[in-house]
Amino acid sequence: MKFTEEHEWLEIEGDLLVVGITEHASHQLGDLVFVELPDVGDEVEKGDEIVVIESVKAASDICAPVDGEIVEVNQDIVDNPSLVNEDPLGAAWFFKIKVEDTSVIDGFMSADEYKDYAG
Amino acid sequence: MSDLLRTPLFDLHLELGAKMVPFAGYEMPVQYPLGVMKEHLHTRAAAGLFDVSHMGQVILRGADAGAQLEALIPQNVLGLAEGRQRYGFFTNDQGGILDDLMFANRGDHLLLVVNAANKAADIAHLKAHMDGVQEITDRALLALQGPAAEEALKTVAPALPEMKFMDVAIVDSPYGELWVSRSGYTGEDGFEISVPEATATQFARDLIALDAVEPIGLGARDSLRLEAGLCLHGNDIDAGTTPIEGNLLWAIQKTRRAGGERAGGFPGAEIILDQIANGAPRTRVGLSPEGRAPMRAHTLIYATEDAADPIGEVTSGAFGPTLNAPMSMAYVATEFAAAGTRLFGDVRGKRMPVQVVDLPFVPNTFKR
Repeated sequence: MKFTEEHEWLEIEGDLLVVGITEHASHQLGDLVFVELPDVGDEVEKGDEIVVIESVKAASDICAPVDGEIVEVNQDIVDNPSLVNEDPLGAAWFFKIKVEDTSVIDGFMSADEYKDYAG
Repeated sequence: MSDLLRTPLFDLHLELGAKMVPFAGYEMPVQYPLGVMKEHLHTRAAAGLFDVSHMGQVILRGADAGAQLEALIPQNVLGLAEGRQRYGFFTNDQGGILDDLMFANRGDHLLLVVNAANKAADIAHLKAHMDGVQEITDRALLALQGPAAEEALKTVAPALPEMKFMDVAIVDSPYGELWVSRSGYTGEDGFEISVPEATATQFARDLIALDAVEPIGLGARDSLRLEAGLCLHGNDIDAGTTPIEGNLLWAIQKTRRAGGERAGGFPGAEIILDQIANGAPRTRVGLSPEGRAPMRAHTLIYATEDAADPIGEVTSGAFGPTLNAPMSMAYVATEFAAAGTRLFGDVRGKRMPVQVVDLPFVPNTFKR
């Protein structure tokens, strides 16, 4: 599992990357009440704001960490946003993205590096 | 946050693991480890304890205090029975709301509770118009709210008398004299309790030690009051909104309206009495978004999906944990204010449908 500076995690699953948000992010956001995910089939570019999440405090955007095509989204977190607070690294993944080369993940932080980064 | 003021319960908040934020010049707990959602639900299920010591407590003395206060607010002060409290608001010459407040008749004086953000201005305003204004600075103010509030308060203060909604009483207790009102800002039955600064922390500790009581932060206080349809001054009402626009006619007693015994005679009376007779151009309403996305403050409201010009704006919006749905308060042009009207809010560039609904979103449980 690798981590972005925007507090997302990425994990390789075949030729896809699974993307979610970190425990640190879910804790900072507070209780989530709303999640809006991209559509399956969307071609996205790194930095595109493709997810909207709202907590009891405020709305935030989540950006695509890499270029690719959205091939699957997690309806469970749309139906039950609090899952993101309960299991951010597991059941509450956000979307799966098809990338040209999964080695793109090597450019992101390791768990230890992220731990230092997030403090 | 060194310039911020602290309440007498500051150290207790830290000990309880609160996340502290600046609010109205004070360093206040926005949430405890339980989190906003569970704090909210706990308050409606059992009881929540809130530190509201940042609010102003003011005593007005003097034989003419009631009449002098009536010159500043459009409420019936002189007709308020001893031991009773009423909601009111200071108005300006344009009929706008300078602040909202609670005032209680305690026999030989009036006790006011005003908002933290406005208390300096309120006290200056009072002093400019009357003598005998005394700010209370040696007492904390706590709110104990929820269905288990009465039993919890009775446990630590057994002398608590029978009280109903908006009654006030002075109660002897192990913590000294408690100034109690059966009121609050959550829509739940409950109490606001003024307690001497020196014993406030012990009082709070003894309440929190009870199974039914959890400490609750400002985050849940906001979602609770919004579900209850209660205004936050500075958001939903302010110096630019009149009580009639704010849908607060219920808080202006008949004695102060046209034809009443003491009609008018408060700042902005001409405008407010005219709006009572002829209506106001815009009205505060409740909005229920049809989807799950909360519509936050400043969301613009449109009559149709493609109308160019907005007809209103959200002033408070959040997800209601008890409602289990998003909810907003907004001002809309009065022709669109009827319950059931379908409107559209602009959320991130998309027009999302909303229904105008009657307030409150969650029925209150006051002990009337």
